[in-house]
Amino acid sequence: MLRIEYSDYEALRAHGEETYPNECCGVLLGKHIPGEEHNAAAINAVSQIVRADNTRTDSAHNRYNIAPRELVKIQRQARSLGLDIVGFYHSHPDHPAQWSKTDFAAAPWLGCSYIITSVEKGKAATTNSFLLSGTEEDNKQFQDEAIEIMMATTSPQNQKGRA
Amino acid sequence: MKIHIPTPLRSYTGGLETVSIPGTTVNTVFEQLTGKYPELKQHLFTPEGKLRSFVNVYLNDDDIRYLESQQETAVTDTDELTIIPSIAGGCCLN
Repeated sequence: MLRIEYSDYEALRAHGEETYPNECCGVLLGKHIPGEEHNAAAINAVSQIVRADNTRTDSAHNRYNIAPRELVKIQRQARSLGLDIVGFYHSHPDHPAQWSKTDFAAAPWLGCSYIITSVEKGKAATTNSFLLSGTEEDNKQFQDEAIEIMMATTSPQNQKGRA
Repeated sequence: MKIHIPTPLRSYTGGLETVSIPGTTVNTVFEQLTGKYPELKQHLFTPEGKLRSFVNVYLNDDDIRYLESQQETAVTDTDELTIIPSIAGGCCLN
């Protein structure tokens, strides 16, 4: 399961609107909370999102890439805050919020969450999250995961899929 | 020297985010690292011993692939290596 503050959730969706018709991308910093007893699901708890530049200027409408140098910088930032990289987000302009073959092929961050927001005609529509499970490249798979959105003034509200 | 391990590979270093490994070159540090944490090896290197294409390694602020001596580059105890997998994707084929 992915846990994220409402403000961060809205910010990553807004990022997709700002970069439309191109894809946006960014990094989720937080903590991985292992599942406890009774088969409870592990949680990727997001404390902060970090916007990143999409370096795929040749095909930014349907591809994204974060420069490794920027990732190193973001990882250092996470370390200084006592946080880890627990996932990533990007947008799909005028395409569904479902992972693609390209997303899957270029996804080596096992255990991390991959958030995808569909942006339809410039407006953020659906936001989904997928956990990259498995132990190695050969058995990895994307699994649908629930998004728990933490509201500032109310108790946690479970939300899956639709924004 | 310190080596920073990315989130997905920490299960092979006992959960450690940073490990200290001695060595005089990037290669010797890698040998020591994978000797101490053998399960890391298959995730970092191909069976032929080449760094996997989606694995990036930075010596301080430099990608080792672009250093003149690459993995033979000399290192000191105060240098830091950061292992960082690539992140990329996209919505569709065309």
